[in-house]
Amino acid sequence: MAIKIIKRKELSFWDQTYLPMLFSGLWITSRHFFRNFFVQTLNLFGLAKHLKGSYTFQYPEVQRPLSKRARTRHRLTQREDGAPRCVACMMCETVCPARCINIVAKENPDPNIEKMPASFDLDLGMCVYCGFCVEVCPEDAIRMDTQILDIAAYSRKEMKLDMKELLNPTTAYPVKK
Amino acid sequence: MLVDFTIKLILAGAFLGMVLNLAGLLTWVERKQSAVMQDRIGANRAKIIFPKWLFPLNWLVWLPNELGLFHSLADAAKMFLKEDFVPRGADKFLHTLAPAISVIFALMAFAAIPFGDTLHLGNHVINLQVADVNAGILFVFAMLGLGVYGVILAGFASNNNYAYLGGMRAASQMLSYEITMGISILGVVITYGSLSLQEIVRAQGSVWGIFTQPLAFFLFMTAALAETKRVPFDLPEGESEIIGYFVEYSGMKFGMFFLTDLVETVLVACLMTTFFLGGWQVPFLQPDGFHWPGGSFVAISHGLVITLGVLAFLSKVLFFNWLFMAIRWTLPRFRYDQLMHLGWKILFPASLVNVLVTSIVVAWRG
Ligand code: SF4
Ligand code: SF4
Repeated sequence: MAIKIIKRKELSFWDQTYLPMLFSGLWITSRHFFRNFFVQTLNLFGLAKHLKGSYTFQYPEVQRPLSKRARTRHRLTQREDGAPRCVACMMCETVCPARCINIVAKENPDPNIEKMPASFDLDLGMCVYCGFCVEVCPEDAIRMDTQILDIAAYSRKEMKLDMKELLNPTTAYPVKK
Repeated sequence: MLVDFTIKLILAGAFLGMVLNLAGLLTWVERKQSAVMQDRIGANRAKIIFPKWLFPLNWLVWLPNELGLFHSLADAAKMFLKEDFVPRGADKFLHTLAPAISVIFALMAFAAIPFGDTLHLGNHVINLQVADVNAGILFVFAMLGLGVYGVILAGFASNNNYAYLGGMRAASQMLSYEITMGISILGVVITYGSLSLQEIVRAQGSVWGIFTQPLAFFLFMTAALAETKRVPFDLPEGESEIIGYFVEYSGMKFGMFFLTDLVETVLVACLMTTFFLGGWQVPFLQPDGFHWPGGSFVAISHGLVITLGVLAFLSKVLFFNWLFMAIRWTLPRFRYDQLMHLGWKILFPASLVNVLVTSIVVAWRG
């Protein structure tokens, strides 16, 4: 194995005095300061809206754009008639490392499909957002693409989602707004 | 006699009010300035919103609301409402005394700082300075030195080894840098030949101290920053990683330490202004009006001259506060050995050299 010698630059006298870096650092931060100060002041009075004085998203009012692949709150997909696609195969319940899915199966009235869930409970308070349930599902019945991030509640009970809420993600926020 | 007393009382009240308000405002400045520097918006959610039928008031608070100015108010309210906790085994008396010592001595140092020229009001001659101590520098340094006790006591009285170590760190840092601070200011004293702050400011009418004592300016600023225990010298506190002397403090007692920090920042800004930026001196302004370099002259009234002076003082202090905040949010913290190295091996000899050179020059010029 060849030995690679990394030459570190010796600090010159001026570097060692710390002063040039001090001033260039101050120059950079104050440049940002004055530019943003100016732009933010203009923006406050409704001027120069095309200039950006900060990269902040004012969160609850303005949502940050999420990647399409971001794992967010779960939902159950539906068939054309609105029934859940889930066939209650228990794969997700089995694979879930946090054991937060609880399915009770029942017979499906459709003779072509064997089973369907009678209840499908998911405890978001325990979920670790690993996405295994989505990957393991043979029916593409569960997805994590609702883009809902504000999952918070005042009690553990409110963190539990039942089938109705999972099928209809937009109606169900853990915290009622 | 009574009138003089009342005047002094008013002066003290006004100055104290200004300092405390400025310190309170600095909590907001600190957050907002760091935010703006880092391309953020900063705290803007503490708002006062009146009911609809009081809408003129809503217009009034619109700007402070948008700027997040009420955060300082919310901070203060939070401090007062929090539980005041004294740990088991701690000395309750000293634990309570420590923050009071810190803040009182920091505030007392302001007494010697002149914030304006002598005002002639009727037949009263008012020196715009709370206490015209003829050895003002010594007074200020004494107060700063006594402030160390608050920090050490806080470490001692908390019955917590981390707090104790923090107190020790603070004490050694403050003592080390106090020496540099004292010696670097000696150059100024020699140059102007006076220990009275008002005299020093008056002597800077033509040339500001920063031009006669440029080295002392940097030395004093560095040492003073270390003295106020702010970043990059915030090892005694180290809020983010290491544990400082006020770890066992909560509620308003912690608030007092926090306030001390900001009051000391204002104090150091005042001292820098007084020693190096000519205090209340406005460029080209003589007691009777502006003497512009071209020889032209604009006469203005006595009251206006004094007002301009006070405003100049205030704006210089604000400038230094801005600078200190900018430094605080620019530089990373020193390591402790680097801190001691800087203090004893660089700043201390440099300040000695400064004094030597200054004395030689002063002696040579007679
Ligand atoms: S994301 Fe992971 S932890 Fe959450 S329900 Fe699915 S499998 Fe369980
Ligand atoms: S893996 Fe899919 S089909 Fe199977 S129980 Fe879970 S959601 Fe239903």
